[in-house]
Amino acid sequence: MTDTAEAVAVSDLHKRFGPLEVLKGVSLSAKRGDVIAIIGGSGSGKSTLLRCINMLELPSAGTVSVHGEEIRMKPDGHGGLVPADRKQVQRIRTRLGMVFQSFNLWQHMTIIENVIEAPVHVLGSSKAEAMETAEALLRRVGLYEKKDAYPAFLSGGQQQRAAIARALAIQPLVMLFDEPTSALDPELVGEVLSVIGDLAREKRTMILVTHEMKFARSVANHIVFLHNGIIEEQGPPEDIFGAPKSERLKKFISSIH
Amino acid sequence: MDSFVNWSLLALSAPGWGGLLLQGFLHSIEIALGGYALGLLLGIGGAFGKLYGGPVLRDLLECYTTIVRAVPELVLILLLYYAGTDLLNQLLGLLGLGAVDISGLMAGIFVIGVVQGAYSTEVLRGAIKAVPAGQIEAARAYGMSPAKVLRRITLPAMLPYAIPGLSNLWLIATKDTALLAVVGFAELTLVTRQAAGATKAYFLFFCAAGALYLALTLVSNLIIGFIERHARRCFVEQR
Repeated sequence: MTDTAEAVAVSDLHKRFGPLEVLKGVSLSAKRGDVIAIIGGSGSGKSTLLRCINMLELPSAGTVSVHGEEIRMKPDGHGGLVPADRKQVQRIRTRLGMVFQSFNLWQHMTIIENVIEAPVHVLGSSKAEAMETAEALLRRVGLYEKKDAYPAFLSGGQQQRAAIARALAIQPLVMLFDEPTSALDPELVGEVLSVIGDLAREKRTMILVTHEMKFARSVANHIVFLHNGIIEEQGPPEDIFGAPKSERLKKFISSIH
Repeated sequence: MDSFVNWSLLALSAPGWGGLLLQGFLHSIEIALGGYALGLLLGIGGAFGKLYGGPVLRDLLECYTTIVRAVPELVLILLLYYAGTDLLNQLLGLLGLGAVDISGLMAGIFVIGVVQGAYSTEVLRGAIKAVPAGQIEAARAYGMSPAKVLRRITLPAMLPYAIPGLSNLWLIATKDTALLAVVGFAELTLVTRQAAGATKAYFLFFCAAGALYLALTLVSNLIIGFIERHARRCFVEQR
């Protein structure tokens, strides 16, 4: 494992939900510093793809590697796969900072408790050290004054910024964003996008599923257009948005403008 | 006849019955506390077994909660107390050990615990299901092991949903102890009946016992209110 190893490599990933095949063989790789935006209509499988990377959704076939380490899978006896080694999955998950559509902050903990939870109780950092990092992160996302509030007392935009701080606190190799602004009121989208944009500018490796096309175009260096479970087209944003080749992508882009 | 009510019968030392009454009250509280704690342990295990266990475990737990909740508690207490002690002694006999005299306190805690366990299984199962799935998913996404998810997220997060049901169960536990009078355990109700029978001051003693049960409920409500406010501090209250 060297630093040139791909941060995330997904190879020929399939995912079936019963008779429905949501992913039909998707391959994707993210090098260090890449910002990859996955776009596509609803039901295209983009969230499922992202959730397969940290095994919140178990792929039916294919492999996922993080920083050159392949997640070992074994057959589950019903035609699917399960992790061969739960500990390995748990360890790899600590390299991936996941941000959810509906924030998923732990409601019984204050904002700062949310941010220090994984560093202290999963990674084994000292509480003092974790607090220091957490305070710095909360200052960065503009939530230091809210650190002792409970999530339910914050606006959606504030909760999502806190969730981003929580993800950053584990010092992840890759940030995964699953439609981070889809659950927000329109006037709150900007504050969250500006935080994510800052992360992109400092060359943090990120994979994000998003409906915000203008934003995807401005922060990503690679766009993946998913349609019906396969990658229909991918490339740099100028090509994808400026000169789409496939009919479906053309239709998709014109439908959202 | 000096007075309608002879208060001296409640004196703490003999010939007053006050001391014995308080002792019975203490036994009632001990059994309620012990039975409630045992019931809570059974309930946590039962709820997780029902939600995440295999089909055999789930069926067994379904039998447990259905039977215990279907049979009158008085019958269960008679059954578990007499049949339970008998069974234990036969088992000890088979192992070549002598019979033991099971203490009324232990038997009472066991009986109340088994009954409470069935009800708290259902209360806790409902509360765990009320925890938004996303919060458990987030914990898994950050690399927590299943045991850690349980301890750090699921159990504390379900508490606000479980407290109303668990409070009811506690109040029921305090009064279920009175049923142990039928198996001759010297808790408050049995002592009251003895005192009343011996002195013929039925009204006085049953009122005194009622007042003690009421006091226990009122103190419990204070503590429950405090716990509930603490557990709900993370909610935006709306009415």
